[in-house]
Amino acid sequence: MTKLVRRRYLAFRVECEDSVDQRAVSGAVWDAVLRLFGEVGCSQAGLNLVHFNEGTKYGVLRCSHKALPMVRAAVASITKIGDRPAAIHVLRVSGSLKALGKKVSFPP
Amino acid sequence: MKFSDLHLRVPLNDLEKTRRMIAKSSELGYSQIGVPLPSGIKQDRVDQLCQVCEEFGVDFVTRLDLVPKSLGELLGGLRRFRRRFEVVSVLCSSKPLARQAAKDRRVDLLCFSVAEPRKRFFDWAEAELASKSSAAFEIDMAQVLSVEGSARVSLFSRLRREVATAKSFGVPVVISSGAMEALLLRKPQDYASLAWLFDMDVSRALEALSKIPACIVERNRGKQSSGYVAPGVRIIREKRSL
Repeated sequence: MTKLVRRRYLAFRVECEDSVDQRAVSGAVWDAVLRLFGEVGCSQAGLNLVHFNEGTKYGVLRCSHKALPMVRAAVASITKIGDRPAAIHVLRVSGSLKALGKKVSFPP
Repeated sequence: MKFSDLHLRVPLNDLEKTRRMIAKSSELGYSQIGVPLPSGIKQDRVDQLCQVCEEFGVDFVTRLDLVPKSLGELLGGLRRFRRRFEVVSVLCSSKPLARQAAKDRRVDLLCFSVAEPRKRFFDWAEAELASKSSAAFEIDMAQVLSVEGSARVSLFSRLRREVATAKSFGVPVVISSGAMEALLLRKPQDYASLAWLFDMDVSRALEALSKIPACIVERNRGKQSSGYVAPGVRIIREKRSL
């Protein structure tokens, strides 16, 4: 039996001179998707920030596999987190958290 | 796949920041970097930049951005500086300038203003002229990233039309970062995702970041080499005098 919702997990790294928290990163991603694709697009994306390490600035984002191009474009369009200039670089994309963990070596 | 960024706008008076930006570009996966230089730059400065690029394992490409106000200025600039730079781009601020730049074989890249959408002259006539010469249409992604709101909506709409026009006339498209800050640099795959927003499919966008700019640089380096005679004619071996 096939899964009803296929998901994609994106490992990313935040580049910002100051420290950023999980809430701010999540807000920046949601804002970017909302700004580019509107409320309908946002509802289709199935976005969720699975994990974010404030020390290493590495994190994992989950979205629907159909919305992957949308989410990648939105993440690439982020130039600010809060009021601070920032960039988010997607490191790898995978279909499961387990596979993502094998592909990306997250710093401790 | 080897990626090129033909428009990295490093601050030439700040060597430390220049190093940081070149290091960032290398880290993000670019193996060839084009740096716009002033026309009167001294050779030791160019050598210094070349050395920094070598340090990070990046191929350094010299680039000249021409911003002419008249046809005479454009032709004079091309005549004087074409041979000194590996890539020459022209910011087309008027229709006659855009048409002349598109049909001139010495022009590599055609750029258009983002601040003034009415001054983007890349229509079918421009594309037809560009397709007969060797000029490519350049998109600076820093400008896509820096505009917001209605300006971004208008820019996406124009870019969508221009990319479709370029495709139908076979004009190559080059995607460059155009970044003045390291935080405006993105990975090639991220630029391809952004290009998807104006209907450029990912494979075509990746080509615009790799194959097409590399071809332009290779072609111009070939022309600047000592053995070049004319298009398709180069000296392979010289006959030794007895």
